[in-house]
Amino acid sequence: MAMGDEILRVENLHVSVDETPILNGMSLTINRGEIHVIMGRNGAGKSTLASVIMGHPAYEITEGSIQYMGTNIEEMSVFERARAGMFLSFQYPAVIPGVQVGTFLKKSVQSVRDEPVKGREFRKELNAAMQTLEMQKSVLSRYVNDGFSGGEKKRLEILQMLLLKPTLALLDETDSGLDIDALRIVAKGINSVAPEAGCLIITHYQRLLDHVQPHFVHVMIDGAIVESGGPELALKLEEQGYDWLEAPKEA
Amino acid sequence: MSDEAREAVGDYRFGFHDPENATIRFDKGLSEQVVRDISALKDEPEWMTEIRVKAYHHFMERKMPDWGNCGELNNIDFDNVTYFLRSSDATEKDWDDVPDDIKNTFDRLGIPEAEQKWLGGVTAQYESEAVYHSIREDLEEQGVLFLDMDSGLKEHPDIVKKFFGSVVPHTDNKFAALNTAVWSGGSFIYVPKGVHVEMPVQAYFRINAKNMGQFERTLIIADEGSSIHYVEGCTAPTYSTDSLHSAVVELIAMKDAKIRYSTIQNWSANVYNLVTKRGVAHENATVEWVDGNIGSKLTMKYPAVLLKGAGAHAEVISVAYAGAGQHQDAGAKVHHLAPNTTSNILSKSISKNGGRSSYRGMLQVTPKSHGCRSKIVCDALMLDTDSRSDTYPTMEIGNASADLEHEASVSKVSGDQLFYLMSRGFSEEEAMGLIVNGFFEPFTRELPMEYAVELNKLLELEMEGSIG
Repeated sequence: MAMGDEILRVENLHVSVDETPILNGMSLTINRGEIHVIMGRNGAGKSTLASVIMGHPAYEITEGSIQYMGTNIEEMSVFERARAGMFLSFQYPAVIPGVQVGTFLKKSVQSVRDEPVKGREFRKELNAAMQTLEMQKSVLSRYVNDGFSGGEKKRLEILQMLLLKPTLALLDETDSGLDIDALRIVAKGINSVAPEAGCLIITHYQRLLDHVQPHFVHVMIDGAIVESGGPELALKLEEQGYDWLEAPKEA
Repeated sequence: MSDEAREAVGDYRFGFHDPENATIRFDKGLSEQVVRDISALKDEPEWMTEIRVKAYHHFMERKMPDWGNCGELNNIDFDNVTYFLRSSDATEKDWDDVPDDIKNTFDRLGIPEAEQKWLGGVTAQYESEAVYHSIREDLEEQGVLFLDMDSGLKEHPDIVKKFFGSVVPHTDNKFAALNTAVWSGGSFIYVPKGVHVEMPVQAYFRINAKNMGQFERTLIIADEGSSIHYVEGCTAPTYSTDSLHSAVVELIAMKDAKIRYSTIQNWSANVYNLVTKRGVAHENATVEWVDGNIGSKLTMKYPAVLLKGAGAHAEVISVAYAGAGQHQDAGAKVHHLAPNTTSNILSKSISKNGGRSSYRGMLQVTPKSHGCRSKIVCDALMLDTDSRSDTYPTMEIGNASADLEHEASVSKVSGDQLFYLMSRGFSEEEAMGLIVNGFFEPFTRELPMEYAVELNKLLELEMEGSIG
């Protein structure tokens, strides 16, 4: 990877919500074409990391910085980050009643692209992406995430990722609750975006990594990375859990 | 628009006003003489003059209503209202013959364009009277009557005499009395037996002058087995003083007939909008009110249906949007007066920037009405904590066999929804606009497409500059 292809640099990040510290000195650098996986127990701060990178207003950065494409983004609002090429696949995507998926996708794509999105070309693009993800056309006339099953929601997240073509893709437990087929399809989506982007995948399970080949696997405990390695680390965690990584209680 | 006015009412797209070139303008204030003068000017039959005078006296004696946001009504200064203003000496059939200044107004509102594209007929009312009127030839050939109310009275006095006040008598409430006394303009429609009017017909109401009172009167009769969709839109310029709009609408759906009446009310925020709308549905007939209230200072409007014949059906779908300084007090009244009658009421309201929206509903089932069904759903969405939403349902159920459902919900835009949409590239205002449009969608999909698009645009504009 050539220098200058750095997409995300998180340095010594400390984050609190309602004055409770959640991230405690988190550091991570992602270059173009790299897939990073973060694993860790519930409550380790994984989802907070994804939300705070995307700019969720509830979190306060008390120390450290987040740089995206070489710029400190602390002052950028959520939609400015989206328009700059950042994308978050939500663990629990929000329901937007009364707003049809088709309309929503077109407006969303238009809002992040500079040039006008033409109806015909957009439909082509949409059809291709939906074919990749094996999605039914009928989803376009349903309301955004309204009455969707867990798997349908995740597939819609990945569809949005394919259309928005992000430079940085954050995937927060996108694999949770998916059956084998859905997992394979979601992985296909990630693999199609990954070569041109930086990817950060948060997951509890090794099984997604049968389909997506990560370059780095990190373990997060108490709001910071305690161990990094290659794909073999995920296998070890699957077998041995996290206990071996924790500092002994009595020194 | 003056700064003062802008401050009073905020940004309003239709707030422009054109020079006022009245051919006849009455002095402000109301008296028996004013009522008689209006009638004389219109060269009305004696019986109509008598109804007007009777209604005038009833208005003077009648107390303010006690149903609705009644305290606010005492702020209306009835002496500071112009009760009649004629802007054009004729109702033209050719758009080119409409006086230029008035044509200019309607051009800016996009009315003639809409007519060419998708309407079966159009009436445009400016101040007190219709200035333009047209109906498609094929409808005319089928015997459909679509006239402004003044012409309706002149050309079909027998029909008007039979039905005028039969659904909303002048004794109904103070504002129905006022309307009956000084009514002018409005639409008169008769659809003969078995005729289905496929394209909607539209009336457009515009108040241009300051302190104007508009009192249109609409009467729609759908004879047996016929159907019609009537659409009305309303706007007014933005002044810092108030105007009064007090209409009466009477619908009569005979056996097996269907009337749908759609309204997009977008009065500027200095208009008191106090309207009595009521329809009668005879055997197996359907009356539907699709009622959108976006503008006005105070709206009090509860479209009603009297289900008089067995198997009749009522549908009332309404949305209300209350911004700063606005109170939308709207709802529905359905009276199940016959067996096996059914009704659906869906009310959706949004309050923002301290605005207040209320649902006020009445559902009645009389003792002899067996096997009735009714479903009421009221959803309110609050966009901030300064705003207010209330629900005042009244039910009088006299028959135990009635099958009733009532659901009510109040929700707020969640931080999760905003974060989600903003992470997809929408600004906060755009995200709000999307959520609001989505919330109103069950209403919007009932509108002709052109109206739906217009309404969505309007709501997006309302969201602009609204995020603090």
